[in-house]
Amino acid sequence: MTTLWPQIEPLLPRVQKPARYIGCEDGMTEPSHEPHKVSWLVMYPDTYEIGLPNQGIQILCEVLNERDDAVAERSYTPWPDMAAQLRSNNVPLFSLETHRGAGDFDVIGFNLAAELVYTNVLESLDLAGVPLRQADRADADPIVVIGGHASFNPEPMADFVDVVALGDGEELVGDITEVLHRWKSTGKPQGSREAVLRELAQIQGCYIPSLYEVTYDGDFIAAVEPKYADVPEVVYKRTVADLAEWPYPKNQLVPMSEVVHDRLNVEVFRGCTRGCRFCQAGMITRPVRERPADQVRTMISEGLKRTGYDEVTLTSLSTADFSGIEKVVADTVNDPTGCGDTTISLPSLRVDAFTVGLAAQVSNARRSGLTFAPEAGSWRMRQIINKLILDEDLYGAVESAFSEGWHRVKLYFLTGLPSEMDEDTLAIYDLAANCVEIGKKYHPKASVTVSLGGYVPKAHTPFQWFGQNSAEELNRKIGLVREASRRNPRVNLKWHDSKASSIEGLASRGDRRIGRVIERVWREGGVFQEWGEYFNLDLWHDAMAAEGLSIDFYVTRHRHEDEILPWDHIHAGLHRDFLWQDWQDSLAGHGIPDCRWTPCYDCGACTEYGVEHVVASPVPPAGGSQGTGQDLSAGNWVPVTLSRADRVPSGAPT
Amino acid sequence: MTAAPNPNGHADTHDRIIHVMRVRYNKHGKIRFTSHRDTARMWERAIRRVGIPVVRTEGFTPRPRVSFGLALPTGYESTGEYLDVVVDTPPAPGELNGVGYADGRRLTVADLLSQLTDALPVGMQVQAIEFREGRGDSLQEQVTRCCWTFEIIGLDESSAHQRVAEVLDSSSIPTTRVHKGRQRADDIRPAIFHLAVIDSGPNGVTFETELSTKPRVVRPSELVEVMAPTREMGVAVRTKQLIEQDGARREPLSIAATPAPHVIAHAS
Repeated sequence: MTTLWPQIEPLLPRVQKPARYIGCEDGMTEPSHEPHKVSWLVMYPDTYEIGLPNQGIQILCEVLNERDDAVAERSYTPWPDMAAQLRSNNVPLFSLETHRGAGDFDVIGFNLAAELVYTNVLESLDLAGVPLRQADRADADPIVVIGGHASFNPEPMADFVDVVALGDGEELVGDITEVLHRWKSTGKPQGSREAVLRELAQIQGCYIPSLYEVTYDGDFIAAVEPKYADVPEVVYKRTVADLAEWPYPKNQLVPMSEVVHDRLNVEVFRGCTRGCRFCQAGMITRPVRERPADQVRTMISEGLKRTGYDEVTLTSLSTADFSGIEKVVADTVNDPTGCGDTTISLPSLRVDAFTVGLAAQVSNARRSGLTFAPEAGSWRMRQIINKLILDEDLYGAVESAFSEGWHRVKLYFLTGLPSEMDEDTLAIYDLAANCVEIGKKYHPKASVTVSLGGYVPKAHTPFQWFGQNSAEELNRKIGLVREASRRNPRVNLKWHDSKASSIEGLASRGDRRIGRVIERVWREGGVFQEWGEYFNLDLWHDAMAAEGLSIDFYVTRHRHEDEILPWDHIHAGLHRDFLWQDWQDSLAGHGIPDCRWTPCYDCGACTEYGVEHVVASPVPPAGGSQGTGQDLSAGNWVPVTLSRADRVPSGAPT
Repeated sequence: MTAAPNPNGHADTHDRIIHVMRVRYNKHGKIRFTSHRDTARMWERAIRRVGIPVVRTEGFTPRPRVSFGLALPTGYESTGEYLDVVVDTPPAPGELNGVGYADGRRLTVADLLSQLTDALPVGMQVQAIEFREGRGDSLQEQVTRCCWTFEIIGLDESSAHQRVAEVLDSSSIPTTRVHKGRQRADDIRPAIFHLAVIDSGPNGVTFETELSTKPRVVRPSELVEVMAPTREMGVAVRTKQLIEQDGARREPLSIAATPAPHVIAHAS
């Protein structure tokens, strides 16, 4: 394997953003490839600027490069201008660290964070010169692996991948490497590929789609059966028990060109048990595993010093829930060894005043906008989705935000949720309009931005049986809110393309037959489908028609309890009967508490895997309005309004 | 290292001595494909990592007071790039060269050279540093000419000489370009002070040129458009930026200004 840089360099003046293809990140490791080492190419199937910040890829590359038997490099899907240059000059897709051909690696692993990137996986494999279909690959071809949240329903990608890696990857990539290392040291003898896949199938977390036979009964799945007795009927995900043992990435990459989330990231915990029923991430990443606060502090201060960043994001699915979050934030803001004034950003804020107080503490200067996610407009709908925020909770949080100096509040909502009536949809506008009225008390120009997304049901959630609203119905509902907000200039509405939502739904809950559809769309040029300028609904409709498949069957149809779902042989931690019960409870308007601080209800994520929550605080955070032991049927009053005197003065000495 | 607050309570004032650190650096190899904005961010991070106390701008979102010279086009290399950094704490009394801290710690020019180069990506090296008092004109105002080398791929030597002669013999070279969404026509002949073939090989011909930066920066790629519109430009290098003063031309900072070893082994 040698570098392709001399062939790549002359192409770069011809393309947009050539810095996407140079590597050169601060913190990058140029691994030493040796014949006995298993070489991994870890890919994010989107542009460099979207994929570079992905922490999963950086973690796995570091973990692999620390091993004696592996090396890892990264790659991202080239933008169409570069893809055209590569094809017309016969240059394959390449890695960024040493600019080696992608097809020369032993493994190509894709992180699938979302479904609309699936055609980019095919594009990347084709550019790498790797046969698209798993069945066409020879012994010398790379083993193609997918992982990440979307791969918890891997069936639409089953034809194209050798291995699906389920759950936390830190330990799993090592186990896969050991099997492949033995295989490589025997010279990958002819005809041994299926044998090595069968060996991989013995590893917990490794699902090998080609080792399972899917039979159909008309449109429905009749059975999914292993082809061999030693292949497990159900594949269980992997869970890292203790995040403290995995302080990665140790050397977060600092890109030389502009990317999204261009700042230090420190993961403070993994998993979430708030139990929001629409949220796939909160279901499949259980249980909650907090990083020790001291380790968080060390990772922040060392990371800032090493990278030169002046901003850090504390990442998790709900960072305000981290035990002792206030102290970590205060220590970081006050750390004199940081490189200048440090800004902290907290994604996924809860809807309560504690959170606003926290935000006030970390945001000394810029108070342009603060974001909350009530997700649904009416209390009834929020009971359905188990996001148990009372209107008063939201108003209290918004009042705190405006009184603390923010001028603009952004609210995230979903529409097309189970049992949603027009009055629930319209309640989105009412909530926003009431928030504007609160804001006007503090700022003459106070405004509220509503971001409205069409709900896409996901596998391994209680809503996996729910028939998604059609694109037309989602459009109609978005239209209701548009019409209502037209008369209020202070409510700014933004919405997502509902056509893209229906294709996301197709890929989210599709079965193996959708693989042919994905391949057709790619062959017709459908790459970068998550980018508005490239998304092409007609390509998908044409491909569905050509395969004789119905969008309604996959997207808008309600599923039955006894129906075999395409992902039923994948175990994401949650018992199927727990999910079904939670779906029934949802429709009955019953809530479910956050099991971090209340007794276990045995969803399966801990009991099935011999792991448990790692949470430093035995009590819920102050002011948290959900899962705090209050009467879930009615909600409870929580102290939500901050007085101005309480807050940390802005620009306080650091 | 937190930048010490200014004793006057605001960023910088006219009655205060301004200490400017002028840095000369080069940019080679893969990193040449980054943009001017990207380079500015690399410098902000490098300055924070070394802990150089920089005066901040006033206003709602204070920024470090760092000013860059003329933008180097994406894809070009350089052996003479510059930036000016307004340093917040003066060095030891009576001594201008270096950075001092409240705790008595000092960074000499040699320290700064090596530490900044270490904090920059592979392919960028600091060549020289000079401190001076007072603000003076900005780099963008001072620099009036740039020297470049550039390659035209696939051109043969005899046609290269012929094209050079044609350019130098012409009295005007009208060009049109799109600027801020509008077609603009101008004559680039007055901006060409020098043009010559310096090398040729199987890949193409290399030229050197000296071009004006006023009223706008003329780039080597425009000469390629004139001389060989169907061919591609290979690597282009900005070799010098020049200030004209009292009839003489000089570089904003000569490499010899810094006695310390200015080439630090760095593969690119």
